[in-house]
Amino acid sequence: MNRPSGTLNSSYAQDMAIVRTRLQWILLVAGIILLFCLPLFASSYWLSVLNIIGISVIAVLGLNMLSGYCGQISLGHAAFIAVGAYTSAILTTRFALPFWIALPCAGLATGVVGLIFGLPSLRIKGFYIAMATLAAQFVIIYIAAHWRSVTGGTDGMVVPPPRIGNLILNSEGSMFIVIMSIAVMMTFFAKNLARSRIGRAWVAVRDNDIAAEVMGINLFKYKLLAFFVASVYAGIAGSLWAHYMRAINPEHFPLMQSIWYLGMVIIGGLGSIAGAVFGAVFMTLLEQLVIGVGPAIGSIFPSFATVTSLAFSSMAFGLVIALFLIFEPRGLAHRWELFKAGYRFWPYSY
Amino acid sequence: MANFIQFFTSGLLVGGLYALIALGVVIILKATGIFNFAQGMIMMVGGYVCWTVMSGLGLPIWVSILITFIIAAVFGFAVERLLLRPLIGQPILSAILMTLALSYFLNGLVVAVWQGKYQLFPQFIPSQAIKLGGAIFSSQLIIAFVVAMIVFGIFTIIFLKTRVGLFMRATSEDHQLAQATGIGVKGIFGLTWAIGVVLATIGGILLGSINGLNPAMADVGLKAFPAVLLGGLESIPGALIGGISIGILEIMAASYLDPLVGGGIRDVAPFVILLVVLIFKPYGLFGLAKIERV
Repeated sequence: MNRPSGTLNSSYAQDMAIVRTRLQWILLVAGIILLFCLPLFASSYWLSVLNIIGISVIAVLGLNMLSGYCGQISLGHAAFIAVGAYTSAILTTRFALPFWIALPCAGLATGVVGLIFGLPSLRIKGFYIAMATLAAQFVIIYIAAHWRSVTGGTDGMVVPPPRIGNLILNSEGSMFIVIMSIAVMMTFFAKNLARSRIGRAWVAVRDNDIAAEVMGINLFKYKLLAFFVASVYAGIAGSLWAHYMRAINPEHFPLMQSIWYLGMVIIGGLGSIAGAVFGAVFMTLLEQLVIGVGPAIGSIFPSFATVTSLAFSSMAFGLVIALFLIFEPRGLAHRWELFKAGYRFWPYSY
Repeated sequence: MANFIQFFTSGLLVGGLYALIALGVVIILKATGIFNFAQGMIMMVGGYVCWTVMSGLGLPIWVSILITFIIAAVFGFAVERLLLRPLIGQPILSAILMTLALSYFLNGLVVAVWQGKYQLFPQFIPSQAIKLGGAIFSSQLIIAFVVAMIVFGIFTIIFLKTRVGLFMRATSEDHQLAQATGIGVKGIFGLTWAIGVVLATIGGILLGSINGLNPAMADVGLKAFPAVLLGGLESIPGALIGGISIGILEIMAASYLDPLVGGGIRDVAPFVILLVVLIFKPYGLFGLAKIERV
């Protein structure tokens, strides 16, 4: 579909390829090499921003598959991330398992929790699912805050950094490599999943569930699968988050955080893998911008001087989602498609 | 037994407030088809605005409550006109996300303008201990409950008996049919939002005068959602019964289960009930079961 003119497919393999032309290959390889060379020259501030972006990308990819592809709104994504973070933290501290085993376990455990909260989707849909996940948000965080013997309650837990042999990965740069490699793999997996039979079934369920059922799609199975995959992504993101921050606490995963991820999905573009990346990058950078600009606002309006930049970032964020919903409901991914089409057809805009 | 009566009645009194907030959600949902997730935040901001009008301008309480209602109604119209009207024709997901964006914005606003501080209303509802058959209550709670029930009654009568209410009900049946019969559907949307916001504000003022204003109020507002779902989405009596049931169940759960699990059950019990309702009776007690045909 998205090919320069003159590039014709002559085999099935060519038709299915994600990367079709030599220029795309060059850009992809150069991009990945550049990404992994960043720790050599980026400051630790920018590396920390990029690490947050990487973790957000994984979380948002999962949410985008659930909400963007399958059309099930989740208001509990932060809680699922918390499940992953706590699972990983418990496995590494209480059972002394290495991070590399705890990471997939956290993904699977969160996937199972996601399945449990996806069960009501057997009977309900749309807005009711949003309610079920809202309940998940409160119930999971309640358990994290009150099951003191396992989760440490409101004191939270201290999590060890990952290690390879004797090498302890506790610097921004080393975590950057870990987070980005996993983020790149997860993106690739998501991209492929979304264009497989499963992804197409999800889109059918989203667009018209009755029609999808008539076509022979097992609604319950595919909805549960969407919950499972989204939760696995959330669990992986949570595990990375725990080992990157090295301290977790139930207050790190509030309802507002869930809405924040949903906003990233909207701003990036519903039902688009590239959109998840755009959304995570855009929102994290916006947050950093507001944190940077906050003190300046404080100096102009002294009455706001005591206010944390947190308040401004939530106001800015609410405003940005609202503006995107009104003016660009298809998100940044749509803009990117338009840009690519414009570039391809230039100078003949048709 | 005396304990039981005490818990039951406290739950009933708290539930009255939930019912009031739930009514705002149900009226907006019925007329416009949009579930307002920002209701909790609007409630909190309403309380803070009233406090500011009162303490900032030094006005008497009744005047400032009236001014707050006017601000709330204007805000409701503005939300409908600026945020939700552009989304007509978009999937329902967009409208839900818009209310979530609004709640995110208001969350920041409360911290930016009021620093998220704890504020106390000057006492305007008399507070005494009242003894009723072995149980003791604060008269504040009882008066708040009575006020909530009166407001609930007034708005229910408006909705069921007046011409405007008839328009609202017609709009809730079918937007296009209502428009075809000459009802200004856009105006009805705006009016509905204004009513919903005013109801939330009343809840905010009542709750603020009992517990004081604080950012955690928004979470109390969220408990109206389990109430709405338990009662059934489209049902006004459902909002009342759902709100009161949630209030009673939450106090009961807190009183009997808290010693076993170490506190905090009160904040999570409504959501456990919500999950149970969704699994076993998704359309609530009085909601309309949706039957879909191709």
